[in-house]
Amino acid sequence: MADKRMTPDQVVAQLSDGMTVGIGGWGSRRKPMALVRAILRSDLKDLTVVSYGGPDVGLLARAGKARKLVYAFVSLDSIPLEPNFRHVRENGLVEAVEYDEGMFLTGLRAAAQRLPFLPTRAGLGSDILTVSPHLKTIESPYGDETLVAMPALNLDVALIHANVADERGNAALTGPDQFMDDLFCLAAEKAYVSAERVVPSEELLKAAGCVHTLTVHRYMTHGVVEAPNGAHFTECPPEYGRDEAFQKAYATAAADPEAWAAFERRFLKVESEAAYQAAVAEFAKENAK
Amino acid sequence: MSTDTLTEATRADVCVAAVADCFRGDGEIIGSPMGTIPTIGARLARATFEPDLMLSNGESYFFEGDARLGAKPDEFAVVGWIPYRQVLDVLASGRRHVMMGPVQIDAHGNANISAIGDWARPKRQVLGSRGGPGNTINHTTSYWIPRHSARVLTPKVDMVSCVGYDRAAATGSAGRFHEIRRVVTNLCVLDFETDTKVMRLRSLHPGVSVDEVVEATGFELVVPAEVPTSRVPSDEELRIVREVLDPRGMRLREVPA
Repeated sequence: MADKRMTPDQVVAQLSDGMTVGIGGWGSRRKPMALVRAILRSDLKDLTVVSYGGPDVGLLARAGKARKLVYAFVSLDSIPLEPNFRHVRENGLVEAVEYDEGMFLTGLRAAAQRLPFLPTRAGLGSDILTVSPHLKTIESPYGDETLVAMPALNLDVALIHANVADERGNAALTGPDQFMDDLFCLAAEKAYVSAERVVPSEELLKAAGCVHTLTVHRYMTHGVVEAPNGAHFTECPPEYGRDEAFQKAYATAAADPEAWAAFERRFLKVESEAAYQAAVAEFAKENAK
Repeated sequence: MSTDTLTEATRADVCVAAVADCFRGDGEIIGSPMGTIPTIGARLARATFEPDLMLSNGESYFFEGDARLGAKPDEFAVVGWIPYRQVLDVLASGRRHVMMGPVQIDAHGNANISAIGDWARPKRQVLGSRGGPGNTINHTTSYWIPRHSARVLTPKVDMVSCVGYDRAAATGSAGRFHEIRRVVTNLCVLDFETDTKVMRLRSLHPGVSVDEVVEATGFELVVPAEVPTSRVPSDEELRIVREVLDPRGMRLREVPA
């Protein structure tokens, strides 16, 4: 019986330069931030990041880890525009591929089903097709209709964050939205799940609360990381909401080069996830004063 | 303010009623308003003349009843689960009417929510195209513009995230579900009820002149000989907006009195 438990750094050791990495969650919601931070601490480079984007995209792009971004949007939700995403786009520092949200979902489904593409109406008539000339249309073989042939979003690796998992790689997404996390896993060669806590299999259903939340199954996952507060500063309901004060500090710092260097020194260029969490606790204490 | 339903309607109240009217006749579909005044407007439509409209809290919960702006799920009757994946599937079935806020829109209703300037290296990156392409090609769309200006209502948008009438027509039969019903702004209501499906001035909010709208629009608007005045919400509508849906007056932050 495989025990798939790993540390964030062990997950990152499985990755290599130039890989295509899909990241679960949505905007500033339930992002596998402990795993993203481990990538930031590594020497990895030239990644293609595929994400319904939030600070995961902003951080990896700003740090020069991502060479190419594949997204439908990048947002911090309560702060609509992601400042680091703005920075890299407005300064021409990354290659970008923009899809509609539904096209993105269709691309994940195609990859998960090992199909080269799936047809969709979304994208027709829009400049999504103009700015991405790799996108082709297809005539319906059953009638008079032209549709977009959305290519499979094949991933080398998927990273997701769950509320609770067992050591074998089953996991529960217990919040109000599970997003596309299971599809990210199925679209990837290998998938790694971090979780607020890892419990014995016998206790998983009880911890999950309801069988409908157990949508990440161990045939999808190759590693499990226990990462309490691992989605910080994004939200991870019902465990915790978004750390709005921290997110605001992040967004403010990102808009100014000196402030950003200081933010990086204090929170990102630290030796471990534990050191990050300690710096966050210190920030919260200062903020409470 | 909460009990004084006899005071005059503000410009924001007129906008709320104009938004509500966008959803008139929609029946049992999903109303998806983005932003403050769209949300209040859609809830007002359901509270009055469009009781079958289905509304979510903007995240994953369908609810019944008249919920205050910002109400949490334990404050209303949750009757359905509508996570993003299901939204993206249902919207392709057409049973939805979205109201979005564009950063640019042209005379044909092509709209941009993605980036200003050259998309390859934008002058100003905004959200990305989000669900705009899929929404507009699959079901009814309306727009809300809180600050009507020639920078927003522009001859040519930098990135067509949301498909207008000319682009939809060029897609052939796949464009058959496309409809842009209205554009509500802080000055007026616009629609596309013209032979060539270009934007027309439908009504002026009380106190606004044709010249003011024309001046603030970057393309040539179709202006009928007689332009009606946008309707002022009834006392009962004002009561619902002020006492139930938006007691904190958030709509006045979007459109100041």
